[in-house]
Amino acid sequence: MDGFGIRIENMRKRYGEGDTAVDALKEVNMTVAPGEVVGLIGPSGSGKTTLLKCLGAVIEPTAGRMTLGDEVIYDDGWKIDDLKALRRDRIGFVFQAPYLIPFLDVTDNIALLPMLAGQPNAASRSRAKELLEALDVGHRARAQPSQLSGGEQQRVAIARALANQPPVILADEPTAPLDSERALAVIRILNRMARQYNTAVIVVTHDEKIIPTFKRIYHIRDGVTHEEAGEGREIGD
Amino acid sequence: MISLAGRDILHSWGKFVFTGVGLGLLIGATLTMAGVYRGMVDDAKVLLSNSGADIWVVQKDTLGPYAEPSSLRDDVYRAIRGMPGVARAANVTYLTMQVKQGGENASDVRVMVVGFEPGQPGEPGYLVAGRRITRSHYEAVADVRTGFELGERIRIRRQDYTVVGLTRRMVSSGGDPMVFIPLKDAQEAQFLKDNDAIVNERARTAANPGLNRPGVPGLLEAIQASQTTSRSVNAVLVQTQAGLSHEEVAEPIRRWKHLQAYTRAQMEEILVAKLIATSAKQIGMFLAILAVVSAAIVAFIIYTMTLGKIREIAVLKLIGTRSRTIAGMILQQALGLGFIGFVVGKISAALWAPFFPKYVLLEPGDALRGFIAVMIICTIASTLAIRAALKVDPATAIGG
Repeated sequence: MDGFGIRIENMRKRYGEGDTAVDALKEVNMTVAPGEVVGLIGPSGSGKTTLLKCLGAVIEPTAGRMTLGDEVIYDDGWKIDDLKALRRDRIGFVFQAPYLIPFLDVTDNIALLPMLAGQPNAASRSRAKELLEALDVGHRARAQPSQLSGGEQQRVAIARALANQPPVILADEPTAPLDSERALAVIRILNRMARQYNTAVIVVTHDEKIIPTFKRIYHIRDGVTHEEAGEGREIGD
Repeated sequence: MISLAGRDILHSWGKFVFTGVGLGLLIGATLTMAGVYRGMVDDAKVLLSNSGADIWVVQKDTLGPYAEPSSLRDDVYRAIRGMPGVARAANVTYLTMQVKQGGENASDVRVMVVGFEPGQPGEPGYLVAGRRITRSHYEAVADVRTGFELGERIRIRRQDYTVVGLTRRMVSSGGDPMVFIPLKDAQEAQFLKDNDAIVNERARTAANPGLNRPGVPGLLEAIQASQTTSRSVNAVLVQTQAGLSHEEVAEPIRRWKHLQAYTRAQMEEILVAKLIATSAKQIGMFLAILAVVSAAIVAFIIYTMTLGKIREIAVLKLIGTRSRTIAGMILQQALGLGFIGFVVGKISAALWAPFFPKYVLLEPGDALRGFIAVMIICTIASTLAIRAALKVDPATAIGG
């Protein structure tokens, strides 16, 4: 593994104070290399969503250190100033449902991120089209989200996550609503994109269909992560 | 950067346009209310301008002839003509009444009958059809809004008058169109009683020993003659000599003739600030209520539309969209809705204004002020939705 895309060391998250305090994350350690796709699995209430929110810079961990590439994001109570810019420029999100913006066409759904980051419209749209071609939905560039199939919408959502070339993508149950074939297709795409754009991908999932495809899995139980080797089943490109 | 508000409007344009049309009709009603007030003020000013007078001489201690009843003897104008600075002075009468219009299927028209002396102040300023009154009796000039046409006959009290001319924008301060007839006819119409009343009055006078003295021949006839003839008018309209201030001429009339004399500025004050003041307050209240209702509607619509986009807003926030971009999107939508509403309102008001029975004056200045008010109202109304949007937790986009 050359370097890392994201590294978490001894991350903890406590909700509330005193007698009502709940330790959602007790000890989280995780390292994902650029171009690698890892699974994050665990039962309900184990802290998956809290971890995802911490990784996504939506909530702040109580303690621990998180590094994206060479940049320290959190370090025992210290955090970088602009978390919004961090989410916009350095973290890609793929949700359980695509959550595309219904009033923007497919190209602009993707181009919006570079535009928000201050990129010119033409360059942003060019980047969007490049991603759509890479994800085999280039022919749907001018379509509205409502005109796409579920699989196409999820591909566009992946393209959106890649729009600003983030070092890490957080995928929250991206295959939950899909059948086996489509679920594996999404994982195949995530693997290909991770390699192509040198992005670390963390897939939070319950989905038994896709768990065997990961080479490495982080299992979280009661707020503590355990690294396990995955089957790494070949699913092709 | 693309316009998120613009794209959202285009995406759901039907909802936006229909909401804008609904709001526009409300704004149209608001602009029309303002136009009704402007029309009342304009009617008052036109009434004063068209009278051709610089000074109105009326009964002492009254606000006549438009705001209060005023009665003067019809020879007073001679004395006034002799006053310094007076160029012309003429009697005039005003009588608001219902007349029949339309032949067999006649309908009542409320008019102000004006008695005037041809060639003197009080005459209609211009005609749009026909000719001026040339005979001493039974001819009339009518405002086009009365509905009368040339050659038509108007029944006023006991006499019929032939319409020989038509004029325009000659209305009372209450907006009733005017009918001009010769002064003598107007005096008779205003003060002359019907035949039965005259017979009764004569009998009553004859039965009064103080008025019917055997030793004074001709006394009873003189008294009865005075009872059946009218020697009263409502006002004397005065034109001043060039170069003199109106107040300079009015003051000696008040002082020496024991009459009330109002200058143009004072008469305008009476009409605008006193006569239509209550109506203006009424309209002001309507405008205030309509503004509040408009604000509530815009706030409700924008708030509802924003709540319908909570998930999208959460995603936008999660992917790092700045709060000002989201607030700007909502504000632009509110302003867009206001703009559509204003355009629809302005067009609606212009379309339906001519059908109002009273003059509706839609001034560009009012439209501009209305537009600014709509934009301010929309801005204020959007704050509720912006507040709701900014409170959305970006974490809601992440499951769990």
